[in-house]
Amino acid sequence: MSFTNREVWGLIHGMVLGAVFLLGFAGGLADLYGLRTALLTGTGVVERMRRLKVGVTAMAVAAWGTVITGTWVVYPWYREAAPDSAKSKLLANPDTSDWHKFGMEWKEHIAWLSPILATVVAFIVLYYANTLIRHERVRRTTLLLLVLAFAFAAIAGAFGAFITKVAPVQ
Amino acid sequence: MSQHEESAQRADDQQSVPAPAAADGTVDGDRPEGPISAAIIAAGVGAAALGLFTTLAEASKGVADWLQWNDQVGPLSGKTIMTVIVWLVSWVVLHTVFRTKEQETARALTVALVLIGLGVLGTFPTFFQLFAPE
Repeated sequence: MSFTNREVWGLIHGMVLGAVFLLGFAGGLADLYGLRTALLTGTGVVERMRRLKVGVTAMAVAAWGTVITGTWVVYPWYREAAPDSAKSKLLANPDTSDWHKFGMEWKEHIAWLSPILATVVAFIVLYYANTLIRHERVRRTTLLLLVLAFAFAAIAGAFGAFITKVAPVQ
Repeated sequence: MSQHEESAQRADDQQSVPAPAAADGTVDGDRPEGPISAAIIAAGVGAAALGLFTTLAEASKGVADWLQWNDQVGPLSGKTIMTVIVWLVSWVVLHTVFRTKEQETARALTVALVLIGLGVLGTFPTFFQLFAPE
């Protein structure tokens, strides 16, 4: 039972960083949603803000890690000119070519929107901190950006999983 | 009351939840909303830039070749690095302009959502492949 170097990087890109991203998103979503005056005590604010800051920062760092390893480490192996590369295999068969022409083409680009939005969310939380409790409008805006960051990552992640199933990078 | 409950109660007494905002959404001593608006709009600019670079690279081989900053990664290397540069530069510029202003985030969000929409359109294969040379 062992993994090749490429499989290890695929796991780091898709599963390790993906899991941290998901955890950060889930924690950030719950804490940001509950960050309302009526639901908080003074102790609760301190606890929740600490968790929120850690969560959204971890989410942003994981998002950057995912796109950087995906673009600069895994993607070159995927697109090698060799006939046994994942891209070559997908394009060689008309039944699977759309996985590259649509799936990979969209995934490789749209994934980059996620870290940009996640960074903005982290910036807002770190900059405004407790003030977010009073400013309902800013809190809702931050929630929307957090969900958008997740949605773009989910699109990229789903296509990544499907493409890996059809033509894994080996 | 246990020792833990007592210390929690003391913390509650010492750190009360901040007072509600005034009708205009501001409270004395709050940090201005301008830097938040700047960050939100800059994210939209970055997204739109990614869509633009993606479509331009598809439409022009010259642009695609120029964006190929790394042979193994291909034009995606230039597209993503240029996007990050445009995003960060626009963030710095907008932050400088808005840093002391009460620029409303609602308006910034509307602008950003339009720009993000354009970015998604520009990176959507069915759209950008329309511009591929015959």
